[in-house]
Amino acid sequence: MVDYSYQDVLETIHMIQQEHLDIRTVTMGISLLSCVDSDIDAACRKVYEKVTGCAENLVPVCTTIERELGIPIINKRIAVTPIAMLAAACPNADVTRFAKTLQRAADALGIDFIGGYSALVHKGFSAGDRALIESIPEALATTQNVCASVNVGSTKAGINMDAVRLMGRVIRRSAELTADNACIGAAKLVVFCNAPEDNPFMAGAFHGPGEPECVINVGVSGPGVVVEALKKCGKDCSIDVLAETVKKTAFKITRMGQLVAREASQRLNVPFGIVDLSLAPTPAVGDSVAHILEEMGLETCGACGTTACLAMLNDAVKKGGVMASSHVGGLSGAFIPVSEDAGMIAAARSGCLTVEKLEAMTAVCSVGLDMIVIPGDTSADVIAGMIADEAAIGMVNSKTTAVRLIPAIGKQVGDELTFGGLLGSGPVMAVNTASPAVLINRGGRLPAPMQSLKN
Amino acid sequence: MRAVISVIGTDAVGILHKVSGVCYENNCNIVDVNQKVMQGFFTMVMIVEIDACKVPFSAFCDQLDALGRTMGLTIHAMHEDIFHSMHRI
Repeated sequence: MVDYSYQDVLETIHMIQQEHLDIRTVTMGISLLSCVDSDIDAACRKVYEKVTGCAENLVPVCTTIERELGIPIINKRIAVTPIAMLAAACPNADVTRFAKTLQRAADALGIDFIGGYSALVHKGFSAGDRALIESIPEALATTQNVCASVNVGSTKAGINMDAVRLMGRVIRRSAELTADNACIGAAKLVVFCNAPEDNPFMAGAFHGPGEPECVINVGVSGPGVVVEALKKCGKDCSIDVLAETVKKTAFKITRMGQLVAREASQRLNVPFGIVDLSLAPTPAVGDSVAHILEEMGLETCGACGTTACLAMLNDAVKKGGVMASSHVGGLSGAFIPVSEDAGMIAAARSGCLTVEKLEAMTAVCSVGLDMIVIPGDTSADVIAGMIADEAAIGMVNSKTTAVRLIPAIGKQVGDELTFGGLLGSGPVMAVNTASPAVLINRGGRLPAPMQSLKN
Repeated sequence: MRAVISVIGTDAVGILHKVSGVCYENNCNIVDVNQKVMQGFFTMVMIVEIDACKVPFSAFCDQLDALGRTMGLTIHAMHEDIFHSMHRI
């Protein structure tokens, strides 16, 4: 009659109450291709009407699901078609008006973030791309909930080094314009290589051109659950046992994501897209990916062995999650955003976790150099060099990599920058200041690697 | 459709009575109860049918939530789909 046990019920409740198990986000993807118009007033009006129309019930439906299933849904978000595609139709217009329109829609709907102030320029700039990218600092400084992303490389196309150079400057400018507000602009901007078109996580969510008209994507969370499961394994078991434990835990977490995605999709009458199998940390104690790595047997995250632990974790999360969901997508893996993870923050403060180690870790996990606070005087060329390195790792390994760096204007190594909320706070980390200026100023396109020739 | 009501907190007289009272008032039939008291700590898992519930399920959850607060207990009502999903393939 009842095919789950008393222990199962208590285990689920314990995961939610004590171990921070939650649905990180239900993200509605909305295509704005029907809103293209050469008159920017008309285009903005259409964007507002479409977004508020499609997502009218997103927040109330998610709140009801949250209540009925008893599982917290932390964020309700929207991802839209890269705005550069709309900007292409209205040259010479003030592109930031699109950002302000998205903000108005976000305010009207009560959602947490809206992503898609984006451009895809991995092979080169088309009409609208450059204008949009150059407008990003102002767009982010004049809005609160709008997120921007730019894809500068892919395994198929190589790396657009002109875009890399431009993004070094855009990141710096975004921080400068919001210097009086913890340089928050740069925290809402991601530079990608191999950006997924269905990622529900911010700041990099956008609704790719290959996506349907409207879609529901769900991102799960749950580092705390994995830490507690590993604690029960003790210090003496082999790494095989740890991998199996992570797989089983990831399965349960993902099943919950699949259930929420299915419910949201049915109730909103919008097709289900994907569940993103990511382990997304929060700054709350007990919700840290770094603590998972430490539980595996490291004194501190960043110690020798960290990359190996992360590789195993990332793989086991996917293996456990993939059977639990009918469609898996997005970034799917472990996130390592420094300022959003209590364990990473502590490791960075102690000096054990460095930018160079984080770069190595990005070769085996799902994202890249994420939420790293760097000295305020770091030059745009150095930032561009960091972007180029990350993009190269993504390009060669056929995986997504991303860069979300926050130059802390007026601060130096040892200082702290506090964003608050899910974005957390982080120590300013040292970066190698030797200049890559000549490389960065060469521009051009870094050729795609042999891995691109799979046909 | 069924829901799982979980009650956790310090043991006291009348917990089962009051929780089942809310179920009765809302016309929710109790189909299973599993209750333990360990070292003064009360845990209970109750399964109820909610098809004939007089109020929307979210309002039923709110009533139990309110009861929990007045009694100093943590009471959650959750749709049973979440347990099927997490624990059964």
